[in-house]
Amino acid sequence: MNNTLSFDYIVPGDDFTRAGEASSDVKHKLKQIGYDPDAIRRVAIAMYEGEINMVIHAGGGKAHVEISPEKIEMILADHGPGIRDIDLAMREGYSTAPDNVRALGFGAGMGMSNMKKCSDTMEIDTKVGKGTTLHMTVLAKKKQ
Amino acid sequence: MTVNDMVSILDAEIITAGDLNAEVKTACGSDMMSDVLAFVKDQSVLLTGLNNPQAIRTAEMMDMRCVVFVRGKQPAPDVVELARQKEITLLKTQHRMFTACGLLYTNGLSGGCKS
Repeated sequence: MNNTLSFDYIVPGDDFTRAGEASSDVKHKLKQIGYDPDAIRRVAIAMYEGEINMVIHAGGGKAHVEISPEKIEMILADHGPGIRDIDLAMREGYSTAPDNVRALGFGAGMGMSNMKKCSDTMEIDTKVGKGTTLHMTVLAKKKQ
Repeated sequence: MTVNDMVSILDAEIITAGDLNAEVKTACGSDMMSDVLAFVKDQSVLLTGLNNPQAIRTAEMMDMRCVVFVRGKQPAPDVVELARQKEITLLKTQHRMFTACGLLYTNGLSGGCKS
């Protein structure tokens, strides 16, 4: 028996107001399933940060989510400009977000490090000019 | 205190009501949602001057029960509708951020931030 549920979302890049809809839906589904509340919150925050990044930097993208009793996997893929320097992008406070995005409450340079903090594993596959794919896993029970 | 207590302390207007009897122990004041997502833990109220849908989304992701718009900010109907769907109470106060936070703090609400 396959105990994994999978969901796919389009993250629209042209409408900042809609950013977070996919994360909201995943959070809702996990609550319905009765998933561990701490895991739900970590998934919600990590995925929401990822969605916001896709909207701000990449003109949107696609999100694929797999939910199993043990873990939740999130694959966020875009065809944006790619990340030139991952170490720099991971540094807290570093941001390439334009002023108009900061005026909307984002671009404090905390997104990437926060995603890493919330997830149990995070892999970034990025090519400048081609796009970025982010693979995050949140375990149902966090590793101590 | 409860959300209802906050309404009287802040002389606030209820824009949309979730659970007004919900117990509130800690709050966070910020216009920067990135920082709220990164630094805030177990806070049930967000005070902000940012009145776009992402203020509601951020509250939703952080399991917050109430968003207080300071400086008399009135959110657009779509923002109010989003909060209504998520059962998040929206309040509006004429107080500025510093004053609103101060009033709640002196009435027993703490920051409660963990790093």
